[in-house]
Amino acid sequence: MGRTKQVSAIARQDRIGLLYVAPFFVHFLLFGAIPIVFTTFLAFFNADMDLYYEFMDTFDPGVLGNAFIGFDNFRELGSDPYFWLALKNTFSIWAISTIPQLIVAFGIASLLANPNLRASVFWRTLLMVPNITSVLAVAIVFQQIFDRDFGMVNTLLYYVGRGPVEWTNETLPSHFAIAMMIDWRWLGYNSLIFLAAILAIPRELYESASLDGASRWQVTRFVTIPQLRNTITFMVVIGTIGGLGLFVEPLIYGGSYDGGANNQFLTMTLYLYKNAFLNMRLGYGAAIGVGITIVVIVVSIVNFLITRRIASEDSK
Amino acid sequence: MATPTLNLPVSAAAKPVKIKKWKRGTVSPGTYGALGFMVFLSAFPFYWMFVVASNGSDAIAKIPPALVPGNTFGDVVQEINDMVPFWQAITNTIFVATVISVFNVFFSALAGFALAKLRMPGKKQMLTFIIGTMMLPAQLGVIFMFMVMSWLNWINDFRALIVPAIVGAFGVFWMRQIVDSQIPNELLEAAKIDGASVFRTFMNIVVPAILPASFVLGLFTFLGVWNDYLWPSLVLNDANRYTVQVAITALNQSYVINYARNMAAALLGTAPLLILFIFVGRRLVAGVMDGAVKG
Repeated sequence: MGRTKQVSAIARQDRIGLLYVAPFFVHFLLFGAIPIVFTTFLAFFNADMDLYYEFMDTFDPGVLGNAFIGFDNFRELGSDPYFWLALKNTFSIWAISTIPQLIVAFGIASLLANPNLRASVFWRTLLMVPNITSVLAVAIVFQQIFDRDFGMVNTLLYYVGRGPVEWTNETLPSHFAIAMMIDWRWLGYNSLIFLAAILAIPRELYESASLDGASRWQVTRFVTIPQLRNTITFMVVIGTIGGLGLFVEPLIYGGSYDGGANNQFLTMTLYLYKNAFLNMRLGYGAAIGVGITIVVIVVSIVNFLITRRIASEDSK
Repeated sequence: MATPTLNLPVSAAAKPVKIKKWKRGTVSPGTYGALGFMVFLSAFPFYWMFVVASNGSDAIAKIPPALVPGNTFGDVVQEINDMVPFWQAITNTIFVATVISVFNVFFSALAGFALAKLRMPGKKQMLTFIIGTMMLPAQLGVIFMFMVMSWLNWINDFRALIVPAIVGAFGVFWMRQIVDSQIPNELLEAAKIDGASVFRTFMNIVVPAILPASFVLGLFTFLGVWNDYLWPSLVLNDANRYTVQVAITALNQSYVINYARNMAAALLGTAPLLILFIFVGRRLVAGVMDGAVKG
């Protein structure tokens, strides 16, 4: 009896934990939830900074009432060719960067996982260096490397009698150049994630596979990759969220919010900022933000369905 | 000759420990070649930044282009400092990043400890919610956040950078995983039965055990703040308040791209992190691998 009393006293004492998690939730409410809700709200208004200041000074609902335009921003968005172009570009850059990156990262991780590799910490650490570099610095260097006239890549192509490739002015080459910026920064990091996951695979699985006389490719295909399913899913999800928010690379690469002279690498987030902070069309920018969120949700559902399907196929 | 003493149990020490012989030669030279090539690709852009920055923009326009560092690096650094207060920007960034890291680690550790070890109602739902918030696209809230910052008169005020960043879902989740896996329940039960308050248990038992992981979280936070560009560029427009990333873009005001200056600025803005990385790189790598989703 004394013990139950003690336990419940401890449980009561534990409730102070609610106070410990409170900072996160209060902070999320103020700087996460409320901004998202109000930005969504703003998408229904013909809002610029002037309207906002007028409302904040007077708190007169009439000011807002006059600017209410219902779904007009969304209608405009639906027939805005730039938004659809931005959506296409965003997905193109995402696909060009993510798919080869995951394959190469897996390859590097397999090399690093060799237990006999010398200086393994040295290799791991050096591969992490690009990841601590800012996106901005990466974009500046790659802007030069892919420069049409004086860039490293076109110079090399010149020496083998090719090129020059229009790394900025043409759609696909510009997507490739931006994808290289993303991959350079994330390849080593993702290799380390794969490596950690590979090292966590139970040794017995490999031992029994080698007893069964499996080839190296068979071991990779039927032991390693199935064991990495959650890791791959996680990387695709994180990569997708990051990829759909792509913004700094194309901004620096093109030097403007246009995403190139013909908007050939205009991305969704770039278009949001162009409208909200360059043209000061806050309401329309908010509508673009809602559009991006819908895309993110749709992609997440697709991700989830594909993952579930692969998982169920595997258990057959 | 002194024999090295090992702290082994007697039975183990009595028997000679058999060390499995490493099978050398099972790593093909191709593996080292491939890894060496990856390291070359990782390192080359840094070298190239220095080559271009120290040669001036003219040198790279030549065929063949300059491939070794020149001697004009000092001049271009001087030029940058004449245009923007770059050292001030570095000081600003160190200040902001340090304050955010300290707050983030503290709040995350507290919340992570509560979510991992304390008996609270709705704990599971809270954790799911926190993970869910990580999926929200950050760009959606920025417009309203910017309006609030201008309403609060926090434009050009470091509070506009610090306050929205003092705690985040990633840190809380990370700390929960760490506390959950590194602190045995028995230790906490014992402390409670001894009559220690929850907070004292946290400070005296949990904090010392999670210090290394806290350090890694602090580093990640510091790097994230250092490298953040978007939000600072929106709320800072006074040159004396710039962070490093904003200062770098402020150099690029004309239509003609000055590669030497841009690359020098990018290098100056990255160098402090590279120096930091020399000391903490291994721990950072261990942290990344510890936090990886496995299986």
